[in-house]
Amino acid sequence: MKLEGKKRIWSEYQKEIADDHYFYVRSCIRQSFFPGSEQFFLHFLGDVLGKDIYENPSHTTCTGIGYHSDVVPLSTIMTVIARHYALMKEAGYKHIVISCVTSFGIYTEIFETWKHFPEELEKTREYLYKATGREFDLPESMTHTSDIIYKFRNEIADRAKYRLVNHETGEPLNVVEHIGCHYSKMFPKYGVGGAEFPNVLGGMIEAWGGNVVDYPERRHCCGFGFRQYLVQANRGYSLSNTAKKFSSMKPYKPDLVLTNCPGCTMFMDKWQYTIREMEGTVYGNNGESIPVLTYEELAGLVMGYNPWDLGLQYHMVQAEPLLKKLGIEYDPADKFKTKDGRQMPVPQNLINA
Amino acid sequence: MGDFGFTVLKERHINYDANDKSIAEYIAEREPSFRICIECGCCSATCTTGNFIRFSLRELQILLKRGENEIVREQIDRCMLCGKCILVCPRGVNTRNVILLAREAFRKSVENEI
Amino acid sequence: MLKADKREVVVIGGGAAGMEAAGQLAKAGCIVTLLERESVTGGHVKNWYHLFPDSRNSDEVIEYLARQVNHDNITVRTGVTAGSLEKNGKSIIINTSRGERIRSDAVIVATGFDLFESRRKEEYGYGIYDNVISSADLEMMFRKDSIKRHDGETPRRIGFVHCVGSRDAKVNNLYCSKLCCVTAVKQAMEVKKHIGNASVYCFYMDMRMGGALYEELYKESQEKYGIIYIRGKVSEVSENIDTRLIVKVEDTLAGRPLRMELDMLVLMAGMEMSEGGMGLAESSGLKTGENRFFAPADHHFGTNKSTVAGIFYAGACTAPMNITETISHARAAVADVMDYFRNI
Ligand code: SF4
Ligand code: SF4
Ligand code: SF4
Repeated sequence: MKLEGKKRIWSEYQKEIADDHYFYVRSCIRQSFFPGSEQFFLHFLGDVLGKDIYENPSHTTCTGIGYHSDVVPLSTIMTVIARHYALMKEAGYKHIVISCVTSFGIYTEIFETWKHFPEELEKTREYLYKATGREFDLPESMTHTSDIIYKFRNEIADRAKYRLVNHETGEPLNVVEHIGCHYSKMFPKYGVGGAEFPNVLGGMIEAWGGNVVDYPERRHCCGFGFRQYLVQANRGYSLSNTAKKFSSMKPYKPDLVLTNCPGCTMFMDKWQYTIREMEGTVYGNNGESIPVLTYEELAGLVMGYNPWDLGLQYHMVQAEPLLKKLGIEYDPADKFKTKDGRQMPVPQNLINA
Repeated sequence: MGDFGFTVLKERHINYDANDKSIAEYIAEREPSFRICIECGCCSATCTTGNFIRFSLRELQILLKRGENEIVREQIDRCMLCGKCILVCPRGVNTRNVILLAREAFRKSVENEI
Repeated sequence: MLKADKREVVVIGGGAAGMEAAGQLAKAGCIVTLLERESVTGGHVKNWYHLFPDSRNSDEVIEYLARQVNHDNITVRTGVTAGSLEKNGKSIIINTSRGERIRSDAVIVATGFDLFESRRKEEYGYGIYDNVISSADLEMMFRKDSIKRHDGETPRRIGFVHCVGSRDAKVNNLYCSKLCCVTAVKQAMEVKKHIGNASVYCFYMDMRMGGALYEELYKESQEKYGIIYIRGKVSEVSENIDTRLIVKVEDTLAGRPLRMELDMLVLMAGMEMSEGGMGLAESSGLKTGENRFFAPADHHFGTNKSTVAGIFYAGACTAPMNITETISHARAAVADVMDYFRNI
């Protein structure tokens, strides 16, 4: 594999990523499944880098899950997005930062729809005005949260306490990256590095000392697929796609999967548990499953934050094997304690713990 | 009726003249790129869905054009709308819109709107 | 009417079309200057090994063309590019890359084609995966008589992807390059001649076998060489841990997705208007078509004529063409030039 070829592609897909004054929009699921991710993001930008980042409490779901499950029509979701832009306008911001790939896909799709069908934009303005009396402007830039972490990856590397290397052998860790279908497959120009050889997560892994694994099913879907997951009888189909990816990456002995989208993180994490229970198959080394982390969780680990403050204990596949490889010290006793030291109930049958 | 131990076989042709091509027309009017598919199979090769169950966007498109709608009606909801097919189509067919319009057309045909 | 031997003609481009045109002009008594951008003449032909349909060694064509331009009336100037053309009364001035202004009575533009840069089809990983090569790379391997994978092994399973950079809205080339199907058939057979136990597969959308003896070659490739044809456009290529390539394609005739592991993959790169031709079109106001090749004055009676009196076209700068057609087209250009001289 020639890195030069990839670099050439990356140079062709460089997107504008705003430097400051971000209007942040939340995801539906990531706060509950990976609570440390958002916290780290806001803390890192606001407290560490001193950037201006604003979140409006009136912001709602983008309704993307409903849209992809055929319960929310296009005109509705366009109006919801328009409302978010109106909140942004009212707060005086121009750079929207979207913290979910599904949602990011929705924003890009709608942006392009409005560009190619201006009459749809006009209709949306009218709907929003009639319903709420609000008006909106189009954003100056649309970035995904990972684009911003990518932009500041070297600032993170400069502050790194750990590098993505096995502290015993000195070997770089093998990291699988998964950018999620809706990050750039619909519109390669909106993704750092495009769609075929994206570099948004790869760039972070490289900057933090790891080795990016390219495996045959890298471009394959994580298996989420909305209606496929939401209807129980269809879940096998979602699961099979995840299994396909994991069997394809297994020979490369990945130490970690790094994901871009809350949906992918959830499915690549939780389906490993399901497959293990169903068939006894595991995809990591030594009978272990492969930890699946978000980019903020990984950034936090690299910068030396306490893994339990980052919320790693809330994953299905536990991160202990990874923490050991990185040489991160942690106190197992703290794992399920609240911030003020009270003991929480401990989940049973945790994987990798 | 007499049982002779054999039967008169039904013809298995696509009955092109009798078949209902209104769904295809509905799509083509709203998404003209539906007409320019060359059946190359790129979309279906890359499709996440077609990996595990019978679903080929290429096949469904030609079936619609021939008015063989029932198979399409059964299968069209299997698409996950992931968008991989758009990325690879050499003719620039707006595949996701074709799927959305097909669904819409079937829905409307049930409600007798087309 | 003016006699041809008083006439000076500049031919731009020293590939098959330009060389043939120069030779024919010289024989008709014109004084010819042949400008070639590279340091040697011969164009693409010199990178090719055996030619379809009869496996003629391309060196024979090179020798023929060299003989054509070996004439007292012809000055071959290599390392010179024509920057722009301007009309000056009935003359045409050629501004060269060396700052000269060459006067001529007529110009034949024979700037040929460029091979499509395969890396632009990102999903095939050319320039990234070591064993994805282009049809031109394979010809070089034939010429060196060594078909090897990047790791030095002899490939046993080889795939050919048709229509790379042609018939593809994604790279803004809607047209068919016309020669790559038959080139794939020829190369597939050639691979089998070099590696007897290899399995060879062609992934095609349509087999466009529209030239003399092409269909026969296609049949021979199935019958004698066991080449396997799969109807489906390859949608993506990836590499496994052993650096074998994995292609995803739908076997459209069987109606199911197909997966295959290969040792080597050859991309049948299409033909595009050359960069040189493009520059000339822009600087000199020559018309180009939707496919970006030079647009001839008339698609039936004037495929060698530009819309500017005295400027003519020869060969693949007007559309994809094989060598036979290129040579005929060059001769026809000369006939048009002569006709033009008779009438001014
Ligand atoms: S959008 Fe639908 S048809 Fe297209 S690749 Fe995804 S699942 Fe397949
Ligand atoms: S990729 Fe495009 S042209 Fe090919 S079969 Fe699918 S829709 Fe048709
Ligand atoms: S000649 Fe064949 S391979 Fe070349 S563009 Fe035409 S159909 Fe495709």
